[in-house]
Amino acid sequence: MSYTKPSFSHPALPRNKVGYLKRDYEGAISTLCAGCGHDSISATIVQACYELNIEPHHLAKLSGIGCSSKTPTYFMSNSHGFNSVHGRMPSIATGANMANKNLIYLGVSGDGDTASIGMGQFVHVIRRNLNMTYIVMNNGCYGLTKGQDSATADFGSVSKSGGGESTPFQAIDLVGMAMELNASFVARSFSGDKTQLLPLLKAAMSHQGFAFIDVISPCVTFNNNTGSTKAYDYVRDHIDVLGSLDFIPKEDEIKVDYDQGTEKVITLFDDTKISLSKLAQDWDPTDKYSARDKLVQSKKDGHILTGLLYIDPTSKDLHQILNTVDTPLNQLQETDLYPGDDVLEVINQGFR
Amino acid sequence: MSIYGHNIWLIKNYMQYLFAFFKSTSMKPTNIKDPEYLHKVVDCQYACPAHTPVPEYIRLIAEKKYTEAYMINWDSNVFPGILGRTCDRPCEPACRRGRLEEEPVAICRLKRVAADHKGEVKHLMPQVPLVKNGKKIALIGGGPASLTVARDLAPLGYEIDLYDEWSGGGGMMRTQIPSFRLPIEVLEEEVNYILDMGITTHFNHFVDSMKDMLTKGYDAIFVGTGAPKGRNLNIPGRVEADAHVHIGIEWLAGVAFEHIKSVGKKVIVLGGGNTAMDCCRTSKRIGAEVVNVVVRSPFKNMKASPWEIEDALREDIIIQNNMPPKEFIMEDGKLKGVLFSKVRAEYDKNGKRSLVPTGEPDVLIEADEVIIAIGQDNSFPWIEKDIGLELGKWDLPVLNKTTYQSTLPQVFFGGDAAFGPENVITAVAQAHQAAISIDLYLSGKDLVKDRPSPYVNLVSQKMGIHEWMYDSQVVDDIRYQVPHEEKTKSLADRKVEVELGFDEIAGFKEAQRCLNCDAQTIFTANRCIECDACMDVCPTRCISFVPNGEEEDLRQRLSAPADNLTQDLYVSETLATQRVMVKDEDVCLHCGLCAERCPTAAWDMQMFFYNVTKAHTGCETVTV
Ligand SMILES: Cc1cc2nc3c(=O)[nH]c(=O)nc-3n(C[C@H](O)[C@H](O)[C@H](O)COP(=O)(O)OP(=O)(O)OC[C@H]3O[C@@H](n4cnc5c(N)ncnc54)[C@H](O)[C@@H]3O)c2cc1C
Ligand SMILES: Cc1ncc(C[n+]2csc(CCOP(=O)(O)OP(=O)(O)O)c2C)c(N)n1
Ligand code: SF4
Ligand code: SF4
Ligand code: SF4
Ligand code: SF4
Ligand SMILES: [Mg+2]
Repeated sequence: MSYTKPSFSHPALPRNKVGYLKRDYEGAISTLCAGCGHDSISATIVQACYELNIEPHHLAKLSGIGCSSKTPTYFMSNSHGFNSVHGRMPSIATGANMANKNLIYLGVSGDGDTASIGMGQFVHVIRRNLNMTYIVMNNGCYGLTKGQDSATADFGSVSKSGGGESTPFQAIDLVGMAMELNASFVARSFSGDKTQLLPLLKAAMSHQGFAFIDVISPCVTFNNNTGSTKAYDYVRDHIDVLGSLDFIPKEDEIKVDYDQGTEKVITLFDDTKISLSKLAQDWDPTDKYSARDKLVQSKKDGHILTGLLYIDPTSKDLHQILNTVDTPLNQLQETDLYPGDDVLEVINQGFR
Repeated sequence: MSIYGHNIWLIKNYMQYLFAFFKSTSMKPTNIKDPEYLHKVVDCQYACPAHTPVPEYIRLIAEKKYTEAYMINWDSNVFPGILGRTCDRPCEPACRRGRLEEEPVAICRLKRVAADHKGEVKHLMPQVPLVKNGKKIALIGGGPASLTVARDLAPLGYEIDLYDEWSGGGGMMRTQIPSFRLPIEVLEEEVNYILDMGITTHFNHFVDSMKDMLTKGYDAIFVGTGAPKGRNLNIPGRVEADAHVHIGIEWLAGVAFEHIKSVGKKVIVLGGGNTAMDCCRTSKRIGAEVVNVVVRSPFKNMKASPWEIEDALREDIIIQNNMPPKEFIMEDGKLKGVLFSKVRAEYDKNGKRSLVPTGEPDVLIEADEVIIAIGQDNSFPWIEKDIGLELGKWDLPVLNKTTYQSTLPQVFFGGDAAFGPENVITAVAQAHQAAISIDLYLSGKDLVKDRPSPYVNLVSQKMGIHEWMYDSQVVDDIRYQVPHEEKTKSLADRKVEVELGFDEIAGFKEAQRCLNCDAQTIFTANRCIECDACMDVCPTRCISFVPNGEEEDLRQRLSAPADNLTQDLYVSETLATQRVMVKDEDVCLHCGLCAERCPTAAWDMQMFFYNVTKAHTGCETVTV
């Protein structure tokens, strides 16, 4: 068993624009089960941060409890991190973000951490449109506590720990819920499709406001059996793709002419662009109602709809809503906060 | 798998696959059962002319099993103690580690560790039968080539006569390689292991007629006479200066046999190869105070091994480049020095070099003696032209490249005598093959069709869920330096060995640098669930899952560009998503992480053992 990764990396791989190698974005060697979907998501996070030229110390990774919530140990070793109590990552993220809006916030959670114990926190962080990326590594079970069904386990799905019994309850669809709550960026993907997940992650991390990605991420140990709707094979056989996404950094021009009917270019607040080539008809990612129709339809057909479902590129995040000052609150000095005796005197006079 | 309906993701992949398929020839799945594929992955062993199982002996050294490590070497290269000091080490530039950091593993000096620290080995060597098989073989020349043939054939009961013009065995290892690089005791020990196998030696016997040899009743004759003629330099003044001018290899032999005990105070050595390095360093030890090595070509083009040049420079030898010799200058019947012109190297658009005069004035370098070390040639004045043994270009024998058989079916060649001057390890490798041919020939078998295949074995290293039988951890240590004898001490006596060799601790640490390239990553496609875990964990980005394609195109679509074309791509059968697994062998660390992270054991680490079959080991073959 290896406890450390060799320090060698591929000699031909280049440094990114801020001077880092991809290895600089990696973390400790994973202790998750071999083949766990969560590891693929970690690897995609590493790739996304490397490609987005994020300086590791400009990012904060936050999580709750669960195998999924353990993953921040396995990526971005040089970033800030916080493992919160079960389901409480959104409050920590809110506090941190309020204190320092200059960091990039990446929240990692599980379906148990989010859809059960953390549900209350989840809906409110959406409502606040906190500027963060929120990933749910969704395996339909409580992996860390030996695979009990979670609230996202589909009706009729069979897991290993259920002793052959199928799930008797209807699943909570986190994507549908996020849309209902007016989340400003909503996407779904699959840990086994990095080609789709990578640009989605990059777009989410560049979005101003709350960006939610539900990533189906098979638990190889407790929920990768036949009969499970969160198994590699089942997902591959039932996946449906809305469109393919291209993330275009602001310094790059869009070179190809795009077809108005099937292509859509969305400009984000910082002038980066995402270009979508739509595979689905009657759907516009900036039109919430068309996205919701698509979701309902695919569910009816027994498909797992993936891709960027909805985005509001003009959304206002919590700081904009609250109209906070430009300087991060944690950097405000006493001189900034204390207006001086004479001003205080004027204020006091107002109350007399 | 369904490709209907809304299953667009699958269709996308499938279309890419079909496209790739029709567009061109996609890569075929790698045949992992072909031992040559896996052999090539073990870079050092593949590059070694005798294909010594390097990582196997390095692991044994790390376990302090020096005797076993020695025997692995002895079986392949016959002279581990000699080669551990003097080998040209083609394995080291090939070593994988050199593609990941500055320096390769010190493969050669580790061989010496095995030789220096081994226990009793003689009883482990093949025994010679008391009852002979009735066939008689003559070996002409007593160098590494002939000695290897003797070692491979004596255990089979052949009666062997060995002829050499000098007073002891070893060939150029005795006459040329100086004692400060190879102590005489080390040479004698390993030569005697062979001569003690009941070889009848005819020393001080120069064979002057092949015709005669053919009438002596030998069933086969092996010619291992080397390339014994040193090149001369015919420039003005050469004849007049003759008393002060020597041919390098003759001079070195003279020193080795102590006919020559001293040299003048000012010496010029002409030439830039390893012989020149041995001549200049020897001069320094027998009386020269100023030694100039003068080379026609630029420093970077010098033929000598970098480490030999380094050692010479450390001994205050002056190396002057871009100076072709013009004339020996005499004064009062004595040599004054050599006149050199000055040139610079120019390259045409094909990279072909020419040396162009710079126009600067000629330079006179003073010298009492000059040693010419500008190359050797083969020379067979003793092989008559009318006996049916054909000599071709450059007077080299016409040979079958696989069997080393000459146009006279009972006469075989090997070593420097076969294809021109090379080195000890090449001589050994060729001689193993010649020995097999002689055995097949005298058993009435076909020399090509009946050649034995290599012995190969492949064993899973799985011990527990994530435990391997080999030490898979990769260490960061940089190459350890071999300690040297104090300069004043080694320059005072030509028999004092310069290099001291690694002690056990340094040997262990250096051994740990080896990546165990023979611990092969073996992929079983139908077990793979395409979870990507292996691809994600691989520290050097060797693994990719991509739609198949032509090799050239595929090489650019992997996790990291696979630009080293000398290294193969390991391609799997088509997987469930219509992609293939592609592993670029180039910088795999053999760390086993891919196999540790694989949930289905689609990857396994398997120890690959490959050993060239020698005549005396017979034709054991184990299929994978
Ligand atoms: C100065 C020098 C340094 C070298 N250093 C190294 C080194 O560090 N490492 C390395 O790997 N290689 C080295 N080499 C090369 C290496 O010595 C040879 O490649 C190797 O010895 C060839 O082996 P062989 O068995 O073919 O022939 P040789 O070793 O040349 O042996 C042939 C023997 O046959 C004898 N002989 C020739 N003709 C007859 C005849 N007609 N009758 C009887 N005897 C005859 C010769 O005198 C000689 O003793 C060096 C060579 C030189 C010249
Ligand atoms: C307050 C509290 N309640 C219960 C637990 C036990 N517990 C640990 S992880 C977990 C579920 C994790 O499921 P999920 O978030 O889906 O993560 P996964 O392991 O599946 O990735 C539970 C219930 C806990 N650690 N803390
Ligand atoms: S239990 Fe499941 S979720 Fe947890 S590490 Fe193992 S495979 Fe992943
Ligand atoms: S690392 Fe070891 S096994 Fe690999 S090429 Fe170098 S010496 Fe040989
Ligand atoms: S052994 Fe596996 S993980 Fe390690 S470098 Fe080679 S391919 Fe990568
Ligand atoms: S880890 Fe194993 S199962 Fe997963 S992709 Fe690699 S080989 Fe396939
Ligand atoms: Mg879960």
